[in-house]
Amino acid sequence: MAILEIEHLNKAYGPNKALSDVSLSIPEGGIFGLLGPNGAGKTTLIRIINQIIEADQGQVLFKGEKLHPKHISRIGYLPEERGLYKKMKVWDQLIYFARLKGMPAATAKEKVTYWLKKMDINSWKDKRIDDLSKGMAQKVQFISTIIHEPELLILDEPFSGFDPINAEIIKDEILELRDKGITLVLSTHRMESVELLCDQIAMIHKSYKILEGSLEDIKQQFRPNKYKVSLISSDDSLPLEFGAHLKNGVATFTLPLGQNSPNQLLLKMMSYGEVVSFQEILPSMEEIFIQQVKEYSNE
Amino acid sequence: MSKVWLVIKREYLSRVQKKSFLLATILTPLVFPAIMGLFLWIAVGESSSSALRIIEVVDDNNLFFLESSEQYAFSFSNTSLEDAKSMVQNGERFGFLYIPNLDLTRPVGITYYAEKNPSMGLISFLESNLKRRIEEQRLFESGIDPEVINAYRTKVAIQSITLDNKGDEKITDATVNYAIGFMAGIMIYIFIFIYGNQIMQGVIEEKSSRIIEILISSIRPFQLMMGKIIGIGAVGLTQFLIWVVLIGGISSVIIGYFGMQMPQQQIMDLANPEMSQMINGDNDIYKIIQTIQGIDFFQLTLTFVFYFLGGYLLYGAFFAAVGAAIDTPSEAQQFMLPITIPLLIGYMGLFVFVLNDPNSNVSFWLSIVPFTSPIAMMGRVSYGVPFWDLALSMGLLITGFLFSTWVAGKIYRIGILIHGTKVDYKTIWRWIKTN
Repeated sequence: MAILEIEHLNKAYGPNKALSDVSLSIPEGGIFGLLGPNGAGKTTLIRIINQIIEADQGQVLFKGEKLHPKHISRIGYLPEERGLYKKMKVWDQLIYFARLKGMPAATAKEKVTYWLKKMDINSWKDKRIDDLSKGMAQKVQFISTIIHEPELLILDEPFSGFDPINAEIIKDEILELRDKGITLVLSTHRMESVELLCDQIAMIHKSYKILEGSLEDIKQQFRPNKYKVSLISSDDSLPLEFGAHLKNGVATFTLPLGQNSPNQLLLKMMSYGEVVSFQEILPSMEEIFIQQVKEYSNE
Repeated sequence: MSKVWLVIKREYLSRVQKKSFLLATILTPLVFPAIMGLFLWIAVGESSSSALRIIEVVDDNNLFFLESSEQYAFSFSNTSLEDAKSMVQNGERFGFLYIPNLDLTRPVGITYYAEKNPSMGLISFLESNLKRRIEEQRLFESGIDPEVINAYRTKVAIQSITLDNKGDEKITDATVNYAIGFMAGIMIYIFIFIYGNQIMQGVIEEKSSRIIEILISSIRPFQLMMGKIIGIGAVGLTQFLIWVVLIGGISSVIIGYFGMQMPQQQIMDLANPEMSQMINGDNDIYKIIQTIQGIDFFQLTLTFVFYFLGGYLLYGAFFAAVGAAIDTPSEAQQFMLPITIPLLIGYMGLFVFVLNDPNSNVSFWLSIVPFTSPIAMMGRVSYGVPFWDLALSMGLLITGFLFSTWVAGKIYRIGILIHGTKVDYKTIWRWIKTN
């Protein structure tokens, strides 16, 4: 069942369309990647889901119910532009955000203690935010988004601002949350983290949704039908158009499938020498992303 | 509703717990009397310690004998104009008054020479002195004995008593009423600006640090705005109450120290106007005390708190809207005019119209229109205001702030999420029209 059903959303700021008839279905559990270049409409979509702004047309269903302020406590949101009260102490700040999301005072204290220890910043709880390092403030920010134990967590560029070590910590937290059954929506440009983390993705470009599906399906859909072949052979026995690259007696090259089936291609290759490896080339998300953006930009 | 309460609590505590709040709250009631005391001390010291200032008088009529005062002494001589002038230049004399041969019916040509520009006080002192001499001289010339003139000179002091419809009489002194209206009006004016600015700064902080997105995903913009306004208002009220207590405490200590407390019986007598009139009808200090006793301080404080809160809420919402429309405090200037102008009209109106004539038409309207009433009404309250005027003014003020928070809420809601775009009045008008 889908945790979020987004139906025909439209939103315009004056003459500029931010969302044009966008429909999406975000399944419960797992990590959903929301991709798109800057200014595509991702933030607008996220803001509508968080009820920060209202759509001009269309609706969003949360577990089958029309989105309502009562759902706020079940959604967590980490905005791309981070912000905390600089003069407020870590502890007070986290309690405040937990309470604003509707958590009772006693539970809030319990949870804040738990998370401060888990993220290893318990000794900083009485410090003001402007006394913390940037990475540490980011941790506080991350805690503030998950403190109320939301069922749906929306993270806008969650890794920006973290050094590699802290980014790893956040990545592990994200995976741990997923294993607990929480649905995560990840909005990002970093395709390597999409490939690493996401099960499902959707891509938005110039206010339109241009792609949606599981990571596997999309890769299949965009595979170039090319195979990478390595075989033991001398260079001069190979046709020139293969563009083979010879190293230690192993020639490596890429061939399009053409009219052949993969087996037929393999058979042909065997006639040139001892085949060491024969592998279909799958596109990286980065390549798909760039290709799609280019394609739709030309229209 | 509980979320608004959380916001109020945060806004209140984060300010009240600051050291600067504690300092301002405790020091202000001490600093102001201290500064005023210092001025008084300097002024008193100057007038008593400075040497007598001697003014040379050259009188071609040989007619004017001017009485010296505590500060100025007159020296009469027949020195020439040039000599007298050089005495002033050498610093031997403070000034030099030249009285040419006068036609007493049209005295022109009297001149005062001095090194420094003379003060208004000195000029009017000389003028009234000369005027009296000329009048006396003319009366004498028409055959009236100076003794008779002196015998007929009378001092008049009017005692004013207000009558209300129940027939109660109260002794009033316009000076006291003026002072109270003046203080209360200025305090509301200053409070609105100080705390309105805090609202604006708070909104800008949340907007520029992007906390706003997290907040708005948890609480509705209007709730957030109201929480902030109410929280900061509570800070102002707290400060005011502490001041009242401190000033009350300090003044009773001071009065006690100077032994100005009167025996209980005497106060009782003074409370009865007819009795006190018999005892000390024309004593200024008693009149002031009677007036102060005649003022209903409970009612005055209540009205003050009402107009403080009403005015604060009305303008506070606009301050919040301005904060939402801009990115940095330096951009605030362009939108401050609609806030500053009506506040200034109220402030100027208080001095020009209300305090001088609290019951004039202009004063009435200034104290009724919600934008100026919080300041202007304070000028009328101490003089006593008809019930219906007060009710109408209060009712309109409530309507006014409901309206202003409604309008401001619309600006705020959109403004807080807009970054880096140039916002002008046209844009704001579009936001107000958006549903």
